[in-house]
Amino acid sequence: MTLRESATFPADVLAEIHRAADQGIYDVRGFGAKRKLPSFDDLLFLGASMSRYPLEGYREKCATNVTLGTRYAKKPVELDIPITIAGMSFGSLGANAKESLGRAATLMGTSTTTGDGGMTSEERESSKTLVYQVLPSRYGLNPDDLRRADAIEVVVGQGAKPGGGGMLLGQKITERVAGMRDLPEGIDQRSACRHPDWTGPDDLEIKIQELREITDYQLPIYIKIGATRVTYDVTLAVKSGADVVVLDGMQGGTAATQDVFIEHVGIPTLPAVRLAVDALEELGMHREVQLIVSGGIRNGADAAKALALGADAVSIGSAALVALGCNRDVYIEDYEKLGTLPGYCHHCHTGACPVGVATQTPELEARLRPEQGAQWLRNYLTTMVLEMQTLARACGKSHVLNLEPEDLTALTIEAAAMARVPLAGTTWIPGSS
Amino acid sequence: MTTFDLDNDSLRDLNGRLHGDPPAKVKVTNAGGRHSVAVGVDADIEISIDGHVGYYCAGMNKQATIRVNGNAGPGVAENMMSGVVDVSGNASQYAGASAHGGTLIIRGDASSRCGISMKGIDIVVAGDVGHLSAFMAQTGHLVICGNAGDHLGDSLYEAIIFVRGEVGELGADCIEKEMRPEHYARLESLLGAAGLDFDPKEFKRYGSARKLYHFNIDHADAY
Amino acid sequence: MCGIVGIYYKNKKLQGNLGASLAAMLVEMSDRGPDSAGVAVYRDPVDSGHLKVSLFSASEYDWESLKSELESQSGQDIEYARHATHALFTVPNNGFDAVAWILATHPELRLMSAGSSIEIYKEKGLPQEFVRQFDLQQFSGSHALGHTRMATESAVTTEHSHPFSTGLDLCLVHNGSLSNHNRLRQSLRNCGVDIRTDNDSEVAAGYLMWRLREGDTLEQALERALLDLDGFYTLAIGTKNGFAVLRDPIACKPAIMAETDDWVAMASEFRAIAQLEGVEHANVWEPAPATVYAWGGQ
Repeated sequence: MTLRESATFPADVLAEIHRAADQGIYDVRGFGAKRKLPSFDDLLFLGASMSRYPLEGYREKCATNVTLGTRYAKKPVELDIPITIAGMSFGSLGANAKESLGRAATLMGTSTTTGDGGMTSEERESSKTLVYQVLPSRYGLNPDDLRRADAIEVVVGQGAKPGGGGMLLGQKITERVAGMRDLPEGIDQRSACRHPDWTGPDDLEIKIQELREITDYQLPIYIKIGATRVTYDVTLAVKSGADVVVLDGMQGGTAATQDVFIEHVGIPTLPAVRLAVDALEELGMHREVQLIVSGGIRNGADAAKALALGADAVSIGSAALVALGCNRDVYIEDYEKLGTLPGYCHHCHTGACPVGVATQTPELEARLRPEQGAQWLRNYLTTMVLEMQTLARACGKSHVLNLEPEDLTALTIEAAAMARVPLAGTTWIPGSS
Repeated sequence: MTTFDLDNDSLRDLNGRLHGDPPAKVKVTNAGGRHSVAVGVDADIEISIDGHVGYYCAGMNKQATIRVNGNAGPGVAENMMSGVVDVSGNASQYAGASAHGGTLIIRGDASSRCGISMKGIDIVVAGDVGHLSAFMAQTGHLVICGNAGDHLGDSLYEAIIFVRGEVGELGADCIEKEMRPEHYARLESLLGAAGLDFDPKEFKRYGSARKLYHFNIDHADAY
Repeated sequence: MCGIVGIYYKNKKLQGNLGASLAAMLVEMSDRGPDSAGVAVYRDPVDSGHLKVSLFSASEYDWESLKSELESQSGQDIEYARHATHALFTVPNNGFDAVAWILATHPELRLMSAGSSIEIYKEKGLPQEFVRQFDLQQFSGSHALGHTRMATESAVTTEHSHPFSTGLDLCLVHNGSLSNHNRLRQSLRNCGVDIRTDNDSEVAAGYLMWRLREGDTLEQALERALLDLDGFYTLAIGTKNGFAVLRDPIACKPAIMAETDDWVAMASEFRAIAQLEGVEHANVWEPAPATVYAWGGQ
């Protein structure tokens, strides 16, 4: 008996149609886009040889510090490493996870970011540098937290769902989460996709002025966008008055949204970075308005490549959670109860996270001790930084921000076109030369 | 009484002075439609503003009593935490947006999306409100002494809406509810705080039908 | 995204203030629109045998030579006035179709407006610079629209600036972002409407021109626009005798109107209107969504 699968209707598509027929609602899940996409894996570094000389490890320094928010803020954000922790809400994550993120970031000299639920005291206390998000929902937003933040991030969208609002299902709306968000306990949270008091970059400019007036011009203001019409959006973010642009590609994760959103909206991080840097250069603002890139950053190679293409820093979300234990092969029975296995789990939306990261259930949360989580994430970030430095030194750089597009070559025609980097073995950049 | 004339003094001077240790009474003249006047105040003081203001007047107010002798642009008292904001004229859209507490009084009309995303504020409008007012309103009270535009309370959570005049087409999950003694009492106190002489018995109450609290395919057409 | 301003004088004696008022309003909207500015001024109407035509050249131009050509083509005397990068020509409107001739033989020029009283000028750069370049303070006239631009999805060029001319003595300015302009542009081109740029606002202007050409009144055309244009918009339309304002049904883009015994004004933000004399006594209100407002007649 020969079994022949249809490429148009493979097993997962058949299962999804059956599920839709049973439930009558779109599929909601966590994590980012799972399908294969052009990515930084399709770029390679050109290490030193005869024409270019590498740096020795150790005393021949390769610096990693970066300053964000130099355009207008009185107190820019100084980071020791060009890797930040992306916005993830208390609510989607448990308190122990948020504390782990904060502690590790503090140890590494970088920042964490609040999410769609406001600032918790645990995060403010554990995180030396904390970026405070202003989202369409405005859950928990208040001027005291605004003033005790180190930077403000106005969220226009995120890579997993550009054009969509936040989502948190009833099982994660505990008494504490409900209190912070002014919602009834246990309901499914519906969130707005547009900000309540401004629409468009002309109004955003006025909103940013208001935030600056309230915080006496002390703090940098970031604008976060999901990667779609990157050229226009980055240009408009600059014109609206941003100090920093945060650009989140379609591989960016979420704790809960419609699968159709995750897989079918937005562009991958690889082409997004290049478009953003081009827009900044067109305005004469590259390095004046800093660019943070996120969406599927997994290792030091991804980070170094993003920097080489012109980013000032990268941000990690999903990868940070994986460092905290997401998809680790422990508590296998609990993965199975969710209908999944370690390595395949994207069930953040259920709140039944087997490793205690994306949950509000105390027994599950207890599985992640903040000290252990902080240690894991610190180790992972340290590894990423060492990898970046290894690559940068090999390219002859004494600072990771000196990496440039000419240090790269592409393995595929798509990657060459998207990153505007020559196809390996040729001088050909499709669309440019 | 400390006075700021916005035709001569900068907005930064005004707001900077209002933060930190401000005087108990402040007067602002020649508002001229400027934006972000008296934002981020956190003190039990009185501020009186002459002229029309632009966007976000009294944004994120805490404790202060702020009177606008004129009209207010979009987002007046947005995200207010406590205190009172009193607008003698009309308010543009998004009045009281996402505000957590305090009282916003609008003695003229409010435009569209009045009380959008409100999270505990009490808003009293002597005149009409525009469309999509109380959109996704979570908690707090919205009192409308005039008429309400279409889609009132669209996607409503637990905020309570009182309307004295006509209501256009109601928003998704917003329904009329019974007025009980505690509602009359609350309404009386809200009208009293605003110094408005309307009879609570003339008002109807609107609240959430709570059918959108958990997704059910039978309600898919609400989306 | 942008700033829109408009003013119409009910009191004819105040028409001398038009330029100064318009300049003040325009500059107040600089933050909303730093990329380019433009105005449509209605003044100095010519008789029915003539037409005023505003022409733009991206580089230095020999307007005298164009004047000679037009004179030899039409057999009549032609007058023109220079305004920075533009020139306003007064051409005959009987027999010889000067506009068609210019478009056919001088593709290097851009036609900004044509009509008996309309004059459109637009340029890249800050509003303050525009006011200075075109000496806007000196203008007088019955009414005017102005626009300051923050480009969203198309380039910053003079051609992409507003106001867009939709026909004789007609123009449009737009604040917002249309979401279906690409397919609409194609279908309008198929109907013979000449749309030159990829700017969404030009599509709105072209749409109105098409409807008016098909016999709609301005009100009918705007009512129909509510059905056919998708997205967020506040539109202000200039007509020979006045202007009209329309907001889309969702109505998130701002709009303020003000009226005194002497004038009617509109703007994206009140602080532009705050510049006008007599504003302390003005009745100030917001236009309702999906409602056509018109003053002065067509």
